Amino acid sequence: MSTERKDIDIVEETQIKPYTMNFGPQHPAAHGVLRLVLEMEGEIVQRADPHIGLLHRGTEKLIEHKTYTQAMPYFDRLDYVCPLNQEHAFVLATEKLLGISVPKRGQYIRVLFAELSRVINHIFNITTFALDVGAVTPALWGFEEREKGMEFCERACGARLHANYFRTGGVSQDLPAGLLDDMAQWVEELPKFLADLETLLTDNRVFKQRTVDIGIVSKDQALNWGFVGPMLRASGVVWDLRKNQPYDSYEDFDFDIPVGKTGDCYARYLVRMAEIYESLKIMKQAIEKMPDGPSRVNDYKVAPPPRGEMKSSMEAMIHHFKLYSEGFHVPAGETYTAVEAPKGEFGVYLVSDGTNKPYRCRIRAPGFAHLQALDFMSKGHQLADTVAIIGSLDIVFGEIDR
Amino acid sequence: MATDALKDLADYIMENLDDSIASYDFFKGELSLNGNRENIVRILNFLRDDKECTFRVLVDICGADYPDRASGVGRFDVVYNLLSLRHNQRVRVKITTDEETPVPSVVDIFSSAGWYEREVWDMYGVMFAGNPDLRRILSDYGFEGHPQRKDFPLTGYVEVRYDDELKRVVYEPVKLSQDFRQFDALSPWEAMTDVQLPGDKKGAIPPHGWKRAKGG
Repeated sequence: MSTERKDIDIVEETQIKPYTMNFGPQHPAAHGVLRLVLEMEGEIVQRADPHIGLLHRGTEKLIEHKTYTQAMPYFDRLDYVCPLNQEHAFVLATEKLLGISVPKRGQYIRVLFAELSRVINHIFNITTFALDVGAVTPALWGFEEREKGMEFCERACGARLHANYFRTGGVSQDLPAGLLDDMAQWVEELPKFLADLETLLTDNRVFKQRTVDIGIVSKDQALNWGFVGPMLRASGVVWDLRKNQPYDSYEDFDFDIPVGKTGDCYARYLVRMAEIYESLKIMKQAIEKMPDGPSRVNDYKVAPPPRGEMKSSMEAMIHHFKLYSEGFHVPAGETYTAVEAPKGEFGVYLVSDGTNKPYRCRIRAPGFAHLQALDFMSKGHQLADTVAIIGSLDIVFGEIDR
Repeated sequence: MATDALKDLADYIMENLDDSIASYDFFKGELSLNGNRENIVRILNFLRDDKECTFRVLVDICGADYPDRASGVGRFDVVYNLLSLRHNQRVRVKITTDEETPVPSVVDIFSSAGWYEREVWDMYGVMFAGNPDLRRILSDYGFEGHPQRKDFPLTGYVEVRYDDELKRVVYEPVKLSQDFRQFDALSPWEAMTDVQLPGDKKGAIPPHGWKRAKGG
């Protein structure tokens, strides 16, 4: 009896000390290799300190040792969920320094596949985000559609994921016959799947309980922390590089910018969901208006000559050999060129010294800035909410660690 | 983007920050300001808060290494990329520094600078005075050296493996099972440019000196 009394006294006197907890690096909800050191007070997060770099491969350093053509595949391996958007940034930067312009058909193909990438990325993010907060079905459904999208990449260039399809001066090869028709059909059919997906999530009570009012980011905070893309738009800022600083042929297309109101995890989900529909709109227009003509520049100093010509023309063969050994020289200069990747502004700061290799290639990954803000976003939330916030950030470690 | 507007902006900035910004360049429609290291906080404060500028988003901070620079000028560039949503403009601020001289941190102006500065410190060894959390960020715990410096070898110095006997990860000096091959495919008889090619010691200097590459 007396011992029991004593126990109760101890409980009354004990204060819950803040303790540290390790989240990851091997954790399914960490979206890759994120080690998160959390300072907890009970169930409440006081401080979140992400330790990143576990997937650091030194991409920027490697690119300094490769020619411009050889550097291209590294961009697929940054954010491996939407590889083509990143290639886009690098080819645009290189083309800017070279001062070449891409034929209209090449631009349209790039827009078409950049948007396909965006759809694939958002399906991936939305469904895995739902998985993080407890819904398994969206992921099972979503991956099927995602696979169909990636098959189009495969048909266009031979690779599902690491496409290496965009090249300086256009794309590596023109579209095969019939691909546009099949893509048009997919674009028509996908909204039905999206409607199904929305019935699972948008009004789902559990999903809303887990996401509404979680991780609210105000406009000012979003700007101050360098947010871009859907993260910024979910906080109510109308800003999309495709509209504001159009590259390739985005000015030809008619689409809207979805903007959130509340800046919480649910708003970020809604913005991404709406963006899929807008991307489909762009894809549809690109397929309908796809111009004829060459898909890459007719400058053999930059883009290889056609295979047939190489068999008969000595000059074409020399060009091909020079292009794949020495590569092309890029005039000295520097540029910061950015595209609207699905995760936000993906930029390349390229410094050329006039040789065939970049002197410096800085990769500005959107996820890096977003993950940095995790500390203030999760402060005061429960541990389970941190998982929801990470899911809504749409982070991929390939691009954060580089 | 309208280049004229950017030119006006450059003049405006030069008027107001003439003691902090040495010069500016235009290249391919991009504005690049060469600032003084000591005044970087003032420069960014002005660019963020001035009505004509409103560069509210710090998009990126990155380093760049130029070891061949003349002594006196620091070997490192620190590059700040800023974005103004209101005016739809970008501007780049560049400052120079060396291994010893710290750069004033801009965390108090842009929260996003925290990790960017950490990364520049990790990769180049540029110090930032005033950053509250200047730890390494991308490299391994206990890593030595700054990997993106030009004099850091691509292969690094140590390699890691799991030792089954010790039951832990061990660090060893890099052993390459085949020679590290760096193909330099630059041809010394490149007739298209009169740019000095790296390693081309024999090439006669053209009468007008080396030129920047053509094009653009």
